[in-house]
Amino acid sequence: MSDTTMGRLSERMPRFIRRIEPPVAISFACIILLLLFGGLYSSAFLSADYLLQQLKVASFLGVIATGMMLVILLGQIDLSVPWVVAAGAMMACAATAYGPAATLAAVPIGILCGMLIGLINGIGVAYLRIPSMIVTLATNAVAQGLMVVYTGGFSPRDFATEEMRYLATGSLIPGVPNALIIWAIVGAGMVFVLTRTTFGRAVYGIGNRERAAYLSGVNTRRVVMIAFIAAGGLSAFGGVLLAGYASKAAQGMGDAYLLPAIAAVVLGGTSILGGRGSYLGTVAGVILITLLLSILSVLQMPEAGRQIIYGVVIIAMLLLYGRSPTNQ
Amino acid sequence: MRDWRYWLAEQRGTLIALAIFALMFTIYISNHPAGLTTNVAQTAANKGTLLALVAMAQTLVVITAGIDLSVGAILVLTNCIASMVVTGNAFETTLGVVFVLFVGALCGALNGLIVIYGRLQPIVATIGTGAIFFGIALILRPLPGGTVNETLADAMTGKVFGIVPASLLMLLAIVLVVWLPFCSSVIGRAAYAAGSSETAAYMSGMPIRRGKFAAYTLGGLLASIGGLFLTFFTYSGQASSATASTYTLLSIAAVVLGGVSLFGGRGSAIGAIFGAFAFRAIGDLMFVFDFDALWQPLFQGVILLLAVSIGALGLWRVRNRLEWFG
Repeated sequence: MSDTTMGRLSERMPRFIRRIEPPVAISFACIILLLLFGGLYSSAFLSADYLLQQLKVASFLGVIATGMMLVILLGQIDLSVPWVVAAGAMMACAATAYGPAATLAAVPIGILCGMLIGLINGIGVAYLRIPSMIVTLATNAVAQGLMVVYTGGFSPRDFATEEMRYLATGSLIPGVPNALIIWAIVGAGMVFVLTRTTFGRAVYGIGNRERAAYLSGVNTRRVVMIAFIAAGGLSAFGGVLLAGYASKAAQGMGDAYLLPAIAAVVLGGTSILGGRGSYLGTVAGVILITLLLSILSVLQMPEAGRQIIYGVVIIAMLLLYGRSPTNQ
Repeated sequence: MRDWRYWLAEQRGTLIALAIFALMFTIYISNHPAGLTTNVAQTAANKGTLLALVAMAQTLVVITAGIDLSVGAILVLTNCIASMVVTGNAFETTLGVVFVLFVGALCGALNGLIVIYGRLQPIVATIGTGAIFFGIALILRPLPGGTVNETLADAMTGKVFGIVPASLLMLLAIVLVVWLPFCSSVIGRAAYAAGSSETAAYMSGMPIRRGKFAAYTLGGLLASIGGLFLTFFTYSGQASSATASTYTLLSIAAVVLGGVSLFGGRGSAIGAIFGAFAFRAIGDLMFVFDFDALWQPLFQGVILLLAVSIGALGLWRVRNRLEWFG
């Protein structure tokens, strides 16, 4: 489409700008536009407090979207996010009922539950070759069923531990929220894995053509399985942080994170077909979605309007970047 | 008469679904305190029909190697619209029904256009449109409510001649009027061919685009009949995201149980109907055996997980490992 004109334009630009892909650049441009638009409405939108608060809220989505991106890079999708987030949060909170040792280990317990669900996803996708959207939809239902049974049979503790609250709301470095630091660490780890390890190269390779990656000697099934385990763990970690932020876990708390996570990854220019995309784009997508939501809620847009805007934004961005090639 | 073997091979999935349904329903009825009375049959038929309609909608799209994750949202949207317009005198009610069906077909057509001409992956495209449809439903009905023409509602969910559930007759009529003409027409065959191998279908000059478009549009139409039926059931409309996601999930489960291949090109809506009824019967088993209702979501999830894992059995027949990566 406009790739050739974009290419010609970017040849005249300095090298460091040329390396940024157009979707990433557009996302950052949209963020600046949104901030300017918000600034016209009220100068509070440009204050440091507001921006830091937004980054803090964005970090929960950022951690979840990191896992989603890993899976989408493989050309798969993870629809089990809602109940993995909820399961991670609820299990971490429930751990407090089992003595001080379990309370200390609450965060790892929550993450472990997410990794367990991710393992089932991974086995289904990689070894049983079930389409990822089906298997993750099914594990989502199973996780939901388990949580309903768990909370219905007897009322578990649903209050977050001190550690969880500290991770989500405290600030180790004065002025910088811990949640933001965690997102930065997770993001740095993801960038390192994607660009500097064989695992990362294998992820891109499988996303482009799994058959070719297999023939090149990559153990593709193991890579896919590990990616799903990591995605499950990150979703659950996001849930643990969210529980710490709200200081309790609830059943439907993950429902609001599936669409934004997919939207953030796709907005950042990661191809939904897999094999293409950079983490910088996902960061831009997460911030863009968070700002959009924040501004919509300041403008008192109801839930219905937000749903419609999500849908329209996802489809519009996909129409711009995510189209399959004309193979006929 | 030599053709019967081919026919059997083609209908294997449907026949297995029928067998599962017959088995489950027999267990259900033989353990039911009241036995097989017309009222028990009517309740079972009504619950099964609702899921069967959504499953048929899903089947049409799945046959083209796509998937419709917005089917639950279309159901909810048309439910909300039906609770507003399907009321008043006979003429107004008829107009309302036509309008609801039109909206459903329009939603399906929108999905089709985005997938075919936008060349987007059906999964994400329908996640996006599903969010839009659900948003519109929320605008129309922020709170549960509305009314429906009760005479029509009672007629559609009642019994004909005091014996046959009306919903089953309606389902039969839909199969005769929508499904059979579709799958024996050129366009229907093109939808199958596109799901089986799009390249081969294109090379053979099949009208792939028209076939896919018809499949998505009819899928939306069937989902809206489901929405109408849900309104007849509840006498009201509600924009519930739980309903939308549950029916999307259950439609996929029913399709898989009904022997429709998720890779496209195989299976029939009749199989999906039996799959839906079988799934409902399995769910009802929990009640006759006195399980706590809390266990139902887990039970359904596990059945779905098992059902999709059965599809993996085909891997044992693969001789060349490269076929794993299709």
